[in-house]
Amino acid sequence: MKIQVHNLCKQYDGVPVLENVSFTAGTGVTCVMAPSGTGKTTLLRILLGLETADSGAVTGMEHGRWGAVFQEDRLLEQLDAMGNLRFVLGPELDPESAAALLAKLGLGDVGGKPVRDFSGGMKRRLALARALLAPSDALALDEPFTGLDGENRERAIACIRRAAREKPVLLVTHEEADATGLAARIIRL
Amino acid sequence: MKKSTVQNSIRPWAVLFWLLVWQGASMALAAAYPHGYLLLASPLSALVRLGELACTAAFWRAVGNSALHIFGGFLLSCVLAVLFAAMSARFRAAREMLSPLVAAVKAVPVVSFIILALVWLDGRDLSLFISALMVFPPVYLNVLAGIDSADRQLLEMAAVFRVPFRRQLRGIWLPQVLPYFRAACSLALGLCWKAGAAAEVIGLPGGTIGERLYTAKVYFQTPDLFAWTAVIVAVSVVFEKLFLALIDALVRKAGG
Repeated sequence: MKIQVHNLCKQYDGVPVLENVSFTAGTGVTCVMAPSGTGKTTLLRILLGLETADSGAVTGMEHGRWGAVFQEDRLLEQLDAMGNLRFVLGPELDPESAAALLAKLGLGDVGGKPVRDFSGGMKRRLALARALLAPSDALALDEPFTGLDGENRERAIACIRRAAREKPVLLVTHEEADATGLAARIIRL
Repeated sequence: MKKSTVQNSIRPWAVLFWLLVWQGASMALAAAYPHGYLLLASPLSALVRLGELACTAAFWRAVGNSALHIFGGFLLSCVLAVLFAAMSARFRAAREMLSPLVAAVKAVPVVSFIILALVWLDGRDLSLFISALMVFPPVYLNVLAGIDSADRQLLEMAAVFRVPFRRQLRGIWLPQVLPYFRAACSLALGLCWKAGAAAEVIGLPGGTIGERLYTAKVYFQTPDLFAWTAVIVAVSVVFEKLFLALIDALVRKAGG
């Protein structure tokens, strides 16, 4: 599968945020890099269908499903980790593979604790686990390593690299080291 | 918040104080005027009368009849208010159309509605209609506020992951809206009993609390008047506690 972005433009109140952004993302990790406030999140929101571009087009995902880590964790705070995964996956949730992935991300011992009691890093890893487990044809990850320490960042990188063997992974970051660790193709806005 | 709870709490000594004031006033009136005891029954005589009434089948029939109509109106209105709130949240035109109607129901005195409704309805259905009318605005407005305040980011997440509506309802909408619904029900349950009993006193449907209140007034049976008033308060509180416990159970279930 290939995602093609053609001349995407977007502006808010007359201020351009994206100007003629074009790239192609195939299987593997594609890192979109830019300083903060330069339209990275807007680009992902357009790709996910949450916003419309002023002009330009995105092709390749017309019938495909996205998995996503948003800029915010967007978890159901009242539910535990498995409850959050079940909310998205429903009957497709395989508790064993979910537990295995949670363990790989260092969340093997969270039990039935509601997410509201998680630390920031734990929430981020759970948001990543949700994106990785949900059935998808491509992943859009917006700063997925925010709040992760060195060890947990390595764990997350390993899981993303594994997913990227099968589908395109678009990762938005402003950290050069993230792109290097993922052996990613880099696109600078 | 804690200060406010302390200020608003009802202390047993304060209740006892006012009961003594009531008893004293009743005794003073009885001593000052011939048949003065008719003007203000004592709390003790009201309690005794309540005990006597509670031993009769007619008492329980009256309580049952009133509860059926008033609580029926409450439930009917809750269902309609939630449906209309969902519609108003979805369609701007529906919200705009309902807005003056809700404002009018809130502003117009309940007695005007009671008298107007008496023209259209049988006295037996009056309390159901009036309690439904009084319940609609707070439940509609609160549920609408709950829907409006739903977390848009979670809804976007659910849309991206293509979470079916049924799961969104349970995971996002219910935890968000139920606390608003609960607050509205707490207010509305008190309102509907007050308005429903007033409707019964005016409409005089047979075998209801309202009818018994009216009879007590006509025959100067002040112990009966206080006894039936206590019954209205007690039944209202019991229904409120039971219904709110049910909603709390739903909130816990949606939350866990």
